[in-house]
Amino acid sequence: MSPARNSPHLAILDARGLVKRFGRVTALDGADFELRPGEVLGVIGDNGAGKSTLIKVLSGALAPDAGDVRFNGKPVSFRNPLDARSAGIETVYQDLAVSPSLDIAENLFLGRERRAPGIMGTVFRRLDREGMHREARKRMSELGILTVTDFYQTVETLSGGQRQAVAVARAAVFGSRVIIMDEPTAALGVNEAARVLDLIRTVRDRGTPIVLVSHNMPHVWEVADRIHVHRLGKRAAVIRPSTHSMTDGVALMTGAMAPGDADGAAD
Amino acid sequence: MLQRLHHYLHRHPTAAPGIVLALAVMVFGLLAGNRFLQPFNLSLVLQQVTIIGMLGVAQTLIILTAGIDLSVGAIMVLSSVVMGRLAVDFGWPPVISLILGLLVGVACGLANGVIVTRLRLPPFIVTLGTWNVFLALNLWYSRSQTIRAQDIEGAASLLQWTGRTIQVVGARFTVGSVLMVLLFGVVWYALTWTAWGKHVYATGDDRNAAELCGVRTDRVLVSVYTVAGLICAFAAWALIGRIGSVSPQAGLTANLDSITAVVIGGTSLFGGRGSVVGTLVGALIVGILRNGLALSGVELLWQEFAVGLLIIVAVALDQWIRRV
Amino acid sequence: MIRQRCALVGLAALMLTSCGGSETIVGLITKSHTNPFFVKMREGAEAAANELGLDLRTFAGRFDGDNDTQVQAIENLIAAGAVGILITANDATAIVPAVQRARDAGVLVIALDTPLDPPDAADATFATDNLRAGELIGRWAAASLGDAAGNARIAMLNLNPNHITVDVARDQGFLQGFGIDIADPQRVGDETDPRIVGHDVTQGAEEGGRRAMETLLQRNPTINVVFTVNEPSAAGAYEALRAAGRHRDVTLVSVDGGCAGVANVRDGVIGATAMQFPLDMAVQGVQAMAEYARTGAKPTLPRDQAFHDTGVVLVTDRPVDGISSITSEDGLTKCWG
Repeated sequence: MSPARNSPHLAILDARGLVKRFGRVTALDGADFELRPGEVLGVIGDNGAGKSTLIKVLSGALAPDAGDVRFNGKPVSFRNPLDARSAGIETVYQDLAVSPSLDIAENLFLGRERRAPGIMGTVFRRLDREGMHREARKRMSELGILTVTDFYQTVETLSGGQRQAVAVARAAVFGSRVIIMDEPTAALGVNEAARVLDLIRTVRDRGTPIVLVSHNMPHVWEVADRIHVHRLGKRAAVIRPSTHSMTDGVALMTGAMAPGDADGAAD
Repeated sequence: MLQRLHHYLHRHPTAAPGIVLALAVMVFGLLAGNRFLQPFNLSLVLQQVTIIGMLGVAQTLIILTAGIDLSVGAIMVLSSVVMGRLAVDFGWPPVISLILGLLVGVACGLANGVIVTRLRLPPFIVTLGTWNVFLALNLWYSRSQTIRAQDIEGAASLLQWTGRTIQVVGARFTVGSVLMVLLFGVVWYALTWTAWGKHVYATGDDRNAAELCGVRTDRVLVSVYTVAGLICAFAAWALIGRIGSVSPQAGLTANLDSITAVVIGGTSLFGGRGSVVGTLVGALIVGILRNGLALSGVELLWQEFAVGLLIIVAVALDQWIRRV
Repeated sequence: MIRQRCALVGLAALMLTSCGGSETIVGLITKSHTNPFFVKMREGAEAAANELGLDLRTFAGRFDGDNDTQVQAIENLIAAGAVGILITANDATAIVPAVQRARDAGVLVIALDTPLDPPDAADATFATDNLRAGELIGRWAAASLGDAAGNARIAMLNLNPNHITVDVARDQGFLQGFGIDIADPQRVGDETDPRIVGHDVTQGAEEGGRRAMETLLQRNPTINVVFTVNEPSAAGAYEALRAAGRHRDVTLVSVDGGCAGVANVRDGVIGATAMQFPLDMAVQGVQAMAEYARTGAKPTLPRDQAFHDTGVVLVTDRPVDGISSITSEDGLTKCWG
């Protein structure tokens, strides 16, 4: 039991009444969302339920037509993913996470490179490659994902799970306040998926809450503290894996079970 | 054995064209004999590839971003015409004329970059269009007149400074070829040791991923095209040094020659991989090939055949190396 | 009813008579739009056309050797109802079918600068006698060298590997004028005289001229005579000679007569050049068109000639006996460009 779960319910990221329409289609129909500090929040929902639209709004890729988003209690409106990133919300996409031809350290620090000290850094803008490598190695081993023998090899030579690990490490290294993970285990084998789930737990335990969007029920049930069920453009229910089964989750997703029937939504 | 070679080449992709270069020198050393291996001749080859080499640097930058620039030759000629006309026809001070010519190159490159990023059109299409536009501007501004070397010498010999020779024992280098090597050095440093360089590779490799990592890919692209334009303008300076005059007809095949050098040097047309050093080696390989074949008395059409064959072999080799 | 018909007839008559006021269309198709030679030719043609009240439409190949664009231009001109076409053909043989179509449609076709192959494929040709141009500079070079002509070392800088008529004619003319047995006058490079060091191509421009000169100098650093197919390539060759320190010992000759080239003769870069008259070609061609449009009479040839020779004049500041020439100063008043 993570101690964070017992802290007062001050959401770190929440949203009320989000509406988003694409022409005739209403993707979000007054959706709510709440992420608490120190937790892993699973987000499940059928295809077309509006999950990905919700995530895009939270990560700054889309602006909602109505509704508000608050970060640490203060209202925010993100114009693009970079805005969200600067606020501390990092989104880790499954495919578009890394630059294949750069190595691990370069990927970790992409966009936030460190310069060498002194004149070489300021005038000649030389990068502190050795420093970045040291830092990368340290952080990756702290997160327990230093399985790579040659740290200088390019990321394209890494397996899917290792690349995912690099992407997550990047988010964790830079002290982001929230990490949103979109289908992180979808293309991974059993072992690799298990490692990513471990990583998720480690990151959570170090104090960063995670939003885990996934179709994979067993994985969600394994790591999530609470689960947000999305249906028909709205949040249908919030349940806990400890009190609800995967079948319940599926039933809520498809509408077979009405939200009221779900025994006491997670408080 | 082949595996180890593959592994080594995968880690050091520039070694492949390097090996080809060494082989070419050896082969022509045998075929064409002393005349070829003389330091004078080898340094002559360096002179002969200077302009294409410089354009190759510009082209490498753009190809690294998964683009291509068909207007490099046109930018070069336009810059040279501006330099020449301002200095000779209008009598402006040589330094000002040179700088304005360089600025014209920058402006052309900037135009390319802005059109590619704002209008979101494929670079091939954009630069195909700007190629024609710059060429038309060139013909208009030059009134199709050549400015003679002797006139330039009288009014602004600074423009021909890149043609000055430096004798080192048996070899003879031009200031232009030194400038080319310097340019390669500077760009290599930028690509390898600065954040901008990493962003260039990332943008070419996977633009979306780079964007999500916070790389401002639009700005990177505009900067790349602008820098390329500046480099083309430096090539214009080297051109005036080499041919002495300013000719609106120069550089007609420069585009393709620059792309040839980049491709043979191992840079992938799909972006994200390659190095400027490879391009320098690629330019040298083509230069050695032409020089060696010409010295051996081989007809021009076989030279073209050889270069074509070389391109295919180089790309095939590159694909093989790239397989992870 | 009758009134309306009268009105229609009246309208038609008005239109027919006003047709006579619209200008006659004449087309000019040059090899490329970048070569200054053709730019000047075009300017001359435009001036003459304006004077004579003709509507001149100009076209050009996109590059030296581009036949397709020229064929399209001919087709466009036929469709536009052109009365005549002036053309400098990129490919003298390949353009013939299109030319024939034009002539079949009643269009007068005149070849400028480059005769078609066969020459009578055009109604008339106004050109430089390139063979004679080559001969002039060949004879001059040999006479300038005097006794040393017997063991000269000659570099031949040609246009391109396609061996077009102009290139071949100047090349063979030069060698013949110099006193070398040219074997087959239609072929370049089949000579066996040991005085020829070698041939290389320049694409008719400075860059090519420099590179070709460098290559030939590497083969034989003692070259002392250089034939260049045109003045831009000569300028490039001179830079190579200067870089090698040989520019004072080498006799450099060329063909063209552009003002830049004549200035180069004055400055000692080129020893002698054979001047052509592209403006005359253009003007005479346009005049023939005007005549044809007016009277339907085609230009007739002087006897014994296959084409209208617009003349060639040797320009040099080092005249030799037996070969008439003009000085560069004089040349600067007659040059084109």
